[in-house]
Amino acid sequence: MANAPLLELRDVHVHYGVIEAVRGINLTVNEGEVVTLIGGNGAGKTTTLRAISMVHGPSHGQILFRGEDITTLQSHKVVQKGIIQVPEGRHIFPNMSVAENLEMGAFQRTVARKQLDQELDHIFGLFPRLKERRKQMGGTLSGGEQQMLAIGRALMAKPVILMLDEPSMGLAPQVVELVFEVIAQVNADGVPILLIEQNAQMALQAAKRGYVIETGEIVLEDEARSLLGNDRVRKAYLGEE
Amino acid sequence: MAAVLKNPGIKRFSDNVAKFWFAMGPFRYLVAAGLMILVPVIMERGYLPEWTLLGYLDGLYGTNILFTTGVWILLALGLNVVVGMAGLLDLGYVAFLMLGAYTTALFTESGSAEQFHFAILNPWLALPIALVVAMLAGVLLGVPTLRLRGDYLAIVTLGFHEIVRQTMNNLEVTNGSRGIFGIPHPSVPVTGELGLDGTPYWQWLLVPAIILAVIMIKHLENSRVGRYWTALREDEVAAAAMGVPVTKMKVLAFVIGASTSGVAGWIYAVKLNYISPNNFPLLQSILVLCAVVIGGLGSIAGAVLGAALVIMLPEIVREASGGAEVFGFDIETGRIAVFGVLLIIVMIFRPGGLLAAKRRRVELMEAGAADMVISEAGPDPDETAAPVGQEPVVTEGDDVRAPSEGGEER
Repeated sequence: MANAPLLELRDVHVHYGVIEAVRGINLTVNEGEVVTLIGGNGAGKTTTLRAISMVHGPSHGQILFRGEDITTLQSHKVVQKGIIQVPEGRHIFPNMSVAENLEMGAFQRTVARKQLDQELDHIFGLFPRLKERRKQMGGTLSGGEQQMLAIGRALMAKPVILMLDEPSMGLAPQVVELVFEVIAQVNADGVPILLIEQNAQMALQAAKRGYVIETGEIVLEDEARSLLGNDRVRKAYLGEE
Repeated sequence: MAAVLKNPGIKRFSDNVAKFWFAMGPFRYLVAAGLMILVPVIMERGYLPEWTLLGYLDGLYGTNILFTTGVWILLALGLNVVVGMAGLLDLGYVAFLMLGAYTTALFTESGSAEQFHFAILNPWLALPIALVVAMLAGVLLGVPTLRLRGDYLAIVTLGFHEIVRQTMNNLEVTNGSRGIFGIPHPSVPVTGELGLDGTPYWQWLLVPAIILAVIMIKHLENSRVGRYWTALREDEVAAAAMGVPVTKMKVLAFVIGASTSGVAGWIYAVKLNYISPNNFPLLQSILVLCAVVIGGLGSIAGAVLGAALVIMLPEIVREASGGAEVFGFDIETGRIAVFGVLLIIVMIFRPGGLLAAKRRRVELMEAGAADMVISEAGPDPDETAAPVGQEPVVTEGDDVRAPSEGGEER
C-alpha cells in the first residue's frame, strides 16, 4: 500500500435532507502535501470537511484513510485515527485557559504529564504569543491568537493529517500572513494539510496542489502553481479581469 | 445584600471556613455525616434558639422538613451534573424521581390486595431496581433527544415530566390519580426502625446517599469525564473536533443525574408510604432547577445550599411570620413569592449563584475578565480580583489530570 494516498475521497455525495450539497467529489491528499480546496460561499467546502470528519457523514461514496474506509466510523473514532480538524470560526473554549485549551487537544490520547508538558513547550515554541498568554482565558485572546490556539490545540492531538477550515476568516491581512507562515512551518514538520479557503491567492501559494469546488462539484484540479496562472481561477477567485 | 456579600470581613471569614473544611481531607465527609445525623436530633428537641432560623423548625414538623430537604439535596446534586456541568438544560428532572418512587411501589408489598406488582420484594431490594430503572430512563430519554440543543432540549424534557406524570395518572397498574399507599418502610438492623426513642429520623437514610453522591460527582468532575463535560458546555463544535464522544458524554450526564434522582425516589416512597401523581407537579422540576441556579451552576456545595434554601426558607418564613399579613395577604400564602424575589436578588448580585463554581465565576464575567484583573488588583487585592485573577493559576496547575483535594471547587 506504499502508493495508496493518505486520504482519498471517492465519489462522495453529501445531503442535507433532500438538498445535495456535495455531488460526487474525488480528492486525494498524499503524505507530506499541502492540498487546498478553494471555492466561494456555499460551494460545499465546509460540507466536504465535515464529511471527512464524519460530523455529518456522506450519503454516498467512500472516504479512505490509508486505504481503509472510515465512513462507518463515529466522529470521535475518526479523531482517534489522527484526522484532526480546526473548525471554521476557530471554536476555542472561551473559558478555559490557553494551556487548558491545548491540553484538551491531547485528551483523546493518553499522555503522561511529563510528556504532555514537553508537547506543550513544543507548541509554545511554535507560537511564542501563546506562551505569554498561557494562563489567560481563551475568550480574551485576539482573533489571530485564537486561530493560533485552535491550530496549536489541533497539533496537540498529534494529527496524521490536519484539516484547516478557513483559517484566514475574519483576520487582518498581516495576521493572515502569520497564520500561513505557521501552516508552512507545521507542514515542514511533516504534517500533511488539507486547507479549505476562500482566500485563493494565499491558499494556492501555500499549497502544492489545489482543487476548485463550485456548487458541490470539483471543476478544476491541478498543481497549485498552474491554478494560480489559470484564467478561470484568476477571474473567479483572484479578482482579475 | 451586595454590600453584605462583598464585605471583606465576611469574605475572609468564609474563606477561612473553607480552608479549614478542606484541610480536613477525606475526614470532612465523616464530619458532614456526623452533623447531618446530629442536627436533626437537636432540632427535633427544640434545642436550637430561634435566631438560628433552624430553631423555628422543631418537633416532628422540623424533622419532616429536614427529610424533604435531604431528598432535594440529592435531586439538586444530580441536576447539577446535567445542567451545571454538562450544560444541558433539563426542565423535567423530577420525572426520574417519579420513576424511582413508582418503581419502588411496584416492587414492594404496597397497596390493596388488588394492587398490581411486578414482584413483591424487601424494600431494600427495590433500591437497586429503582436506581437502574431511573438510569435506563435517562438513557431512553437521552439517546433520541440529546441531539437537540438549548431551548429545544428544555422543551422536550419539560414534556417528559408531563408524559411520565400523566402516564402514572392514567395507568391502571399505578392506580391512577388515587396513587399507591402502603409502601413498606425498610427495616433497619438492631433497632428495626430509624431513629431514637420512637422518633423516626428518616433523614438519616439520606445521609449516606448524599455523601456517596457528593464523592461520586466530585471524582467525576475531576476526571477526564468532567473535562469532557466542560468542553461540551463551552463549545460543542470544538469538543467534537477534539474527539469528545459528544452523544455518549451527554447521555452519561443524564444517566448520572437520573441515578441520584432514582435513589431519592426510593427514599421518598419508603418514607412517605404513599405516592400519587399529585406529589410531583411540574413546579417541582422548576424548583429543583431554581435550587441549582441559586446555589451556583456547576458547584456541588452550591447545589446543597440551594436545595436547603429552596425547601427550608419558605417554611422558616411561614413559621417566623406567625400569620402576619402584608397588603391583606398573609405571608404564609405568599412564601413562594419570596423565592421569586430571592432569585432575582441573587442573579443581580451573584450571577454565578451563592457558591459559584470557580470556572463559572469567570464565565459569567466574560466581558473583559482580563481587564478586571488589571483594574481591580491594585486598590483592593482582597476583593473580587482575587478569585478572578487567580482562577487560571488554580485550574491550570500541574494537577489537572490527577484529582487532588487541593484542586477542588467550593
